[in-house]
Amino acid sequence: MEFLRPATWDEALAAKAEYPTALPISGGTDVMVEMNFDVHRPSAILDLNRITELTEWTNDGSVVRLGASVPYARIIDELSGPLPGLALAAHTVGSPQIRNRGGVGGNLGGASPAGDAHPALLAAGRDVFVEAASVRGTRMIPIDEFYVGVKRNSLAADELIRAVHIPVADGPQQFSKIGTRNAMVIAVCAFGFALHPKNGTVGTGIGSAAPTPRRAVEAEEYLQGVLAERGLWESGDLLGAEVIQKFGELVKAAASPIDDVRGTADYRRHSLAVMARRTLTWCWNDYSKQIRSAA
Amino acid sequence: MRVTFTANGKPVEADDVWEGESLLYVLRERVGLPGSKNACEQGECGSCTVYLDGVPVCSCLVAAGQVQDREVRTVEGLTDENGELGLVQQAFIDAGAVQCGFCTPGLLVQTDALLESDAQPSDNDIREALSGNLCRCTGYEKIMDAVRLASARKCAGKAESE
Amino acid sequence: MSTRTIQGQKNLQNINQASKDGIGGSPLRPDGNLKVKGEFAYSSDMWHEDMLWGMALRSPHPRANILSVDISEALKVPGVYAVLTHEDIPGSKYYGLEIQDQPALAIDKVRYHGEAIALVAADHPETARRAVKKIKVEYEVLTPIVTEEQCLDPETHGYVHEPHEYKSHGYGNICHEQKLVSGLGVTDEVRALADVIVSGDYEVGMQDQAFLGPESGLAVPAEDGGIDLYIATQWLHVDRQQMAPVLDLPEEKVRLTLAGVGGAFGGREDLSMQIHACLLAQHTGKPVKIVYSRDESFFGHVHRHPAKMHYEHGATRDGKLVFADCRIVLDGGAYASASPAVVGNAASLGHGPYVIPNVKMHAIALYSNNPSCGAMRGFGAVQAAFGYETQMDRLAAALGMDPVELRQLNAMAEGDFMPTGQQIDSPAPVAELLQRVKDMPLPPPLDTEHLDVRQIPGALSNTSHGEGIVRGVGYSVGIKNVGFSEGFDDYSTARVRLEVIGGEPVAMVHTAMAEVGQGGVTVHAQIARTELGVEQVTIHPANTEVGSAGSTSASRQTYMTGGAVKLAAEAVKRALIEKGRRRYGWTHHDITLVGGKVVSESAGPLVSMVDLLGDEAIDLTREHHHRPTVPFDKETGQGFGHVQYTFCANRAVVDVDVELGLVKVVELTAVQDVGKALNPLSVVGQIQGGCTQALGLAVMEEIIVRDGKVRNASFTDYLIPTILDTPPIPVEILELPDPHAPYGLRGVGEAPTVSATPSIVAAIRNATGLALNRIPVRPEHLTTERPGEL
Repeated sequence: MEFLRPATWDEALAAKAEYPTALPISGGTDVMVEMNFDVHRPSAILDLNRITELTEWTNDGSVVRLGASVPYARIIDELSGPLPGLALAAHTVGSPQIRNRGGVGGNLGGASPAGDAHPALLAAGRDVFVEAASVRGTRMIPIDEFYVGVKRNSLAADELIRAVHIPVADGPQQFSKIGTRNAMVIAVCAFGFALHPKNGTVGTGIGSAAPTPRRAVEAEEYLQGVLAERGLWESGDLLGAEVIQKFGELVKAAASPIDDVRGTADYRRHSLAVMARRTLTWCWNDYSKQIRSAA
Repeated sequence: MRVTFTANGKPVEADDVWEGESLLYVLRERVGLPGSKNACEQGECGSCTVYLDGVPVCSCLVAAGQVQDREVRTVEGLTDENGELGLVQQAFIDAGAVQCGFCTPGLLVQTDALLESDAQPSDNDIREALSGNLCRCTGYEKIMDAVRLASARKCAGKAESE
Repeated sequence: MSTRTIQGQKNLQNINQASKDGIGGSPLRPDGNLKVKGEFAYSSDMWHEDMLWGMALRSPHPRANILSVDISEALKVPGVYAVLTHEDIPGSKYYGLEIQDQPALAIDKVRYHGEAIALVAADHPETARRAVKKIKVEYEVLTPIVTEEQCLDPETHGYVHEPHEYKSHGYGNICHEQKLVSGLGVTDEVRALADVIVSGDYEVGMQDQAFLGPESGLAVPAEDGGIDLYIATQWLHVDRQQMAPVLDLPEEKVRLTLAGVGGAFGGREDLSMQIHACLLAQHTGKPVKIVYSRDESFFGHVHRHPAKMHYEHGATRDGKLVFADCRIVLDGGAYASASPAVVGNAASLGHGPYVIPNVKMHAIALYSNNPSCGAMRGFGAVQAAFGYETQMDRLAAALGMDPVELRQLNAMAEGDFMPTGQQIDSPAPVAELLQRVKDMPLPPPLDTEHLDVRQIPGALSNTSHGEGIVRGVGYSVGIKNVGFSEGFDDYSTARVRLEVIGGEPVAMVHTAMAEVGQGGVTVHAQIARTELGVEQVTIHPANTEVGSAGSTSASRQTYMTGGAVKLAAEAVKRALIEKGRRRYGWTHHDITLVGGKVVSESAGPLVSMVDLLGDEAIDLTREHHHRPTVPFDKETGQGFGHVQYTFCANRAVVDVDVELGLVKVVELTAVQDVGKALNPLSVVGQIQGGCTQALGLAVMEEIIVRDGKVRNASFTDYLIPTILDTPPIPVEILELPDPHAPYGLRGVGEAPTVSATPSIVAAIRNATGLALNRIPVRPEHLTTERPGEL
């Protein structure tokens, strides 16, 4: 095994081109578990810690460009305004120590269906892009095309994740996660929800209840339809129990969970419906308040 | 490979480090700092918590090669140069927060970090900050007492020095 | 041979501490200083120049015949020094705590997932891992025998151990069995005496001790052909007794020293890596260290027996219990371990702390191809308590009575008889414990106006902002025995030495007691101070140079080894006073030792201990035996089987998110009679820790085994309570002395682990109206189960 320590981004890309099976490591919170438990013995480990730009973020007012290695703790502290859903998700990741090291790049690289960032990224809208780079160039992968299978993503062997581009929230966002313990727990299932009043859409993201993170497309379309037809974006009026209930059912229907040691498929479906109803309610209540206070 | 870094203010060096080795292993087995503990090696217990460049992390999840030229502070580094116990260390003994003691080193570092950022945390803040440190012996009550005690002493100390 | 253990010097030497506190005070732990400095050397911290790393190859199958083992490729890995199988064992190939039925390395077959088959010693853990993967084992995989039905039908499903191999009194796949009948037993006539009968089937999942310090130790071959082992264990001498025959060494050449122990809770009562490290050290002539990873730890020690129980209780209309009929089936897994003792406890304590005129009980432990189960805090009594306490709540509901009042109405007290026929001959304040726990103030209701998500179910997972949350309250009480029972001569040895060091009288206490975190070393120093009137006490490292201290289990160490320290210290005191009488001709009858002086209560100080001792040391060893017990009759369960009983009552307050099935325990109150609190701070710490392990069993902890395979051998999926799961635990202590025990004390450690789990489940039932007959209660139980008949 080799240990590669590029000092710059270009060196990192060159190393990844030379060693396509090298395993990138940043916070190490997934990679080192696999090393310690002898799950994985890559040909090389590619350490990204020296590349400080990966721990930086910028906000141009409409999009946050989040460096792949910005630790969750800093997302919570520094980005809960522009990225409220992701910040809530970040707050559920592992433990404080894990949040000090782990970042969204690792979650995306591992592409586990249980990764906490995914539902929030999906809910943040269709204009979320993973900035992937290689010596061949840079491409922006839409989040909807990123997850391709269980723990598989659409990165090429020579590509590294440099950043994630996430639209600045223009409406309320929420994130809920089920664990069988009140802290430090891997998601039994999770749900991200966001209102995007500017373009009249809503975003959803389901975690740990399908082979990949996925959105509840029919639920999104149903709710968008209701909000548009009834003029609710403008009025901020109550959604009504029926809409909330139906939304929950559609989210539930979008999942295809399995039974495993963390929970049953039935429970995952059930709790997704509950989380969908609750997060929608919280977001809509906030939105209504904004509308009313603006009026 | 060779790894050199600073541990508790002193330069240290380890040779023939296997590339997959963790910082925890290097500390415990190669540079004579076994205070950080090896309870789970998957970031699920906090017993191996150390400061890495001033930030508390699980040393089991830091690859040894990643600490090249960086600064590590372990539980052994919470004691002052004369061997006097740090404020958090003393509070843990006084409050009866130490039983088997295997979780203690990680809790001490994490508590030290908490009180550095907030000398007077609420109970909920303490619980959140320590939620990544498992203890199997105490039921955490005496640990809560210890952190409250350390906080009170720290605030009293500050008030005195002001 | 160099024995430079660079890590481990400090606590493998004497630890001295000065304090004024004798018994009843709360001096600080003598080992606390080293522990907070990171300088206390645990068994995994042991280090030796030139040491090798040992590792085991473990079976991926729960039941298989081993057709062949090929170690040739593993031996070729550079850095590998030895690869061993059972064929390399010099002595006896089997060991066991009570029944020697477990091979040190698998012989021709494996009986559980994770059974060790071969060993590697190498220069680095990674080298050892690579070599382990190169050992080729050819298996004939067999269908595992895992359910009660399969175990009890060996004609169809086979035997875990062939009957001709049985070393126990077992039969079929039953490892151990205990029946009990008291009063008239339970017959149709007895049933007819009851106005109300409730029954239920209850299930307890497999809990793990989950101590944080992994199994580990360092074996160092010695020049005399013997071996020195630095080890984390609960009982040095019983380890040695099991190891020596396998290593083909006389016991005196197997020398054990206690290294730092990172928790135990029963999981270190059996051997884990002890024999393996020694075999590798014998073979290579080099020091060998073995440290289990967390996943290996789940395979490397026994767990709490999962249980299936059927209970039937009858009572009169006014709530007086008439009968109890109980059947408890414990899954002992592949090897016996402590199964016989667990069965004995379940059978003799399984009716709870209640007076029941007619009892029928049948408890068995099965052999199966599931992981082996043995000792864990509260063994046998924990499982049963979930059954009988659920029954009490159910009976109260059926009678329309308050559940606490029903318990108090039937509570046993001093002078009452156990169903074993044993009379309770010391305080048993069961009704009072319940009253006190009920009278403690309740926590305030959830403040929904100023909600902090960290206080509610789900916490930072942000699942609720107050929706769906219902509060519940539950009560329970439990009974546990203290010390080893059923005729076992459970003695402890202590050596106390008194001498002048640096112008001060100093007492040294030397025992083989395993300090696993409980604070025994603190208490030993307190006892020495109280008996000898000194401030300076030195704790000698625990090792096999002194006689056995018995196990650090069964809530027995303060009683037993504390009692031995008391006896030895009293002997030293007598010898010192006798020395004074000889020298000075004292005739006083009221001489004692106080503040470093020999004092007559009537005549005042006689001489300083420094002057009296001079250069001489008084060094005496004493054994402490508790009063004898007898085995229970196999058919009737009758007999004076237990040394002492201990009781704890709990109240749990929970908030349940009834829509999501998530639970947050809001408060867990405990009231316990400890006889005499030798160290109140430690006593409270024990009770709070015991309650928290009970909380884990109630709502999250279970080793999930499917078809004999362990599915969650990690801290990612075997969850223990974090500080956000653990509520405030107010504790009230009663001190009603037991006249049979040293200082009147009562064992502390286990009772809360027995009693607290049912209170939490009762509180969840109170919030949800569900039956909840299985623990741990999982979220899906709360969202899919239909309301029960409470």
